[in-house]
Amino acid sequence: MTTAHFKPTAPIEARVKAVESVLRDRGFEPDEGLSQLDHAAQEEWVPQNGARLVARAWSDPAFRSRLLSNGIAAVAEMGLPMPRHHRHLVVLENTPGVHNVICCSLCSCTAFTLIGLPPDWYKDFEYRSRIVREARTVLKEMGLALPADTEIRVWDTTADTRYMVLPEQPPRSVGWAEDQLAQLVTRDSLIGVSRLA
Amino acid sequence: MDGVHDLGGKQGFGTVRYTFDAPAFHAQWEVRANSLYAFAVRRGVFNMDEYRYAIERMDPRHYLGAGYYERSLTGLATLCVEKGLVTHEELEKRAGGAFPLSGRSAGGRSNVSAPQRFQPGDRVRVRNDFVPGHVRMPGYVRGKTGVVVGVSPAYPFPDAHAHGVEARDEPTYDVRFRSQDLWPDSSDPALVHVGVFESYLERAT
Repeated sequence: MTTAHFKPTAPIEARVKAVESVLRDRGFEPDEGLSQLDHAAQEEWVPQNGARLVARAWSDPAFRSRLLSNGIAAVAEMGLPMPRHHRHLVVLENTPGVHNVICCSLCSCTAFTLIGLPPDWYKDFEYRSRIVREARTVLKEMGLALPADTEIRVWDTTADTRYMVLPEQPPRSVGWAEDQLAQLVTRDSLIGVSRLA
Repeated sequence: MDGVHDLGGKQGFGTVRYTFDAPAFHAQWEVRANSLYAFAVRRGVFNMDEYRYAIERMDPRHYLGAGYYERSLTGLATLCVEKGLVTHEELEKRAGGAFPLSGRSAGGRSNVSAPQRFQPGDRVRVRNDFVPGHVRMPGYVRGKTGVVVGVSPAYPFPDAHAHGVEARDEPTYDVRFRSQDLWPDSSDPALVHVGVFESYLERAT
């Protein structure tokens, strides 16, 4: 049985193309702009940017303190990208007694130019709903069992201020060159769902 | 609005589907959907608050059933129609089938008329406001008391900016809440930090 006006939903790829064709026909000339954005999202806004900030902070105490006091300025100093509407970057320092983790319960905002576009689980309803309320349990399920006396701080990205975790430096890496240090840093450690060993 | 998008603290969701180094994109159309909305923002078709609100207005069944980039595309397409770039009928013709869009926009509101400034260390309460339009405040802090621990540069007030209502930029405060104050007897002990716009706050005694 069908109704006279029933129309199946168009495939998602066709819906994407339809919107793209509208922008083209309305004179927005999207060709170059869109390929630049496609490239940036996959190749330029990557966690290696955040990893470079962390490696420098581990190697240079003066930079570390600049990064912690004014993240935006420290990022600019390193020539790394941040969009104009991210007016404030708060860098959250993990210590043996304090563990920071970031989320966005309302959508899925991140400092995407520094840690990459968010991974699938970060955007899922399970993480968005539970991390603010059951952080210790969720982190444990994700493979990070924190000592009972470690204070957990959850940062919900509800305004346009952005957050990035500064992981603790693994003791074995003290004295390494910055390039080598940067290779230790994972995206998930910049989000705060894992620690580095 | 108290929509299904406001997920913080909701119960009933299961284990996070976590894998190490999980991808941000699973298909090429997702990359393009992401670029399309970013392109439209850069070209001034709409702003980030209009975009977020357009997603929040999705039919709840659609929101919960759609992946992240389908939600993104739906918000974008809704605004293309509302801004007069295309009609819904034309969009469906181009897509070759139904193109579900978000529901209607409700009214917005301006900043509070007598703003109060806060400093780190101040105790603040999130106002017990219920608004039909866009609000950039998770419901789990509404009516709750916390401590200001940081101040961010001024941003456009989202409740106005998502609706074309005239408004001043205003600071947001990093407010620290105890999880046990947010969900007594039903949370893991932790400190939850939320970026709260000034108009959402009042001084707590």
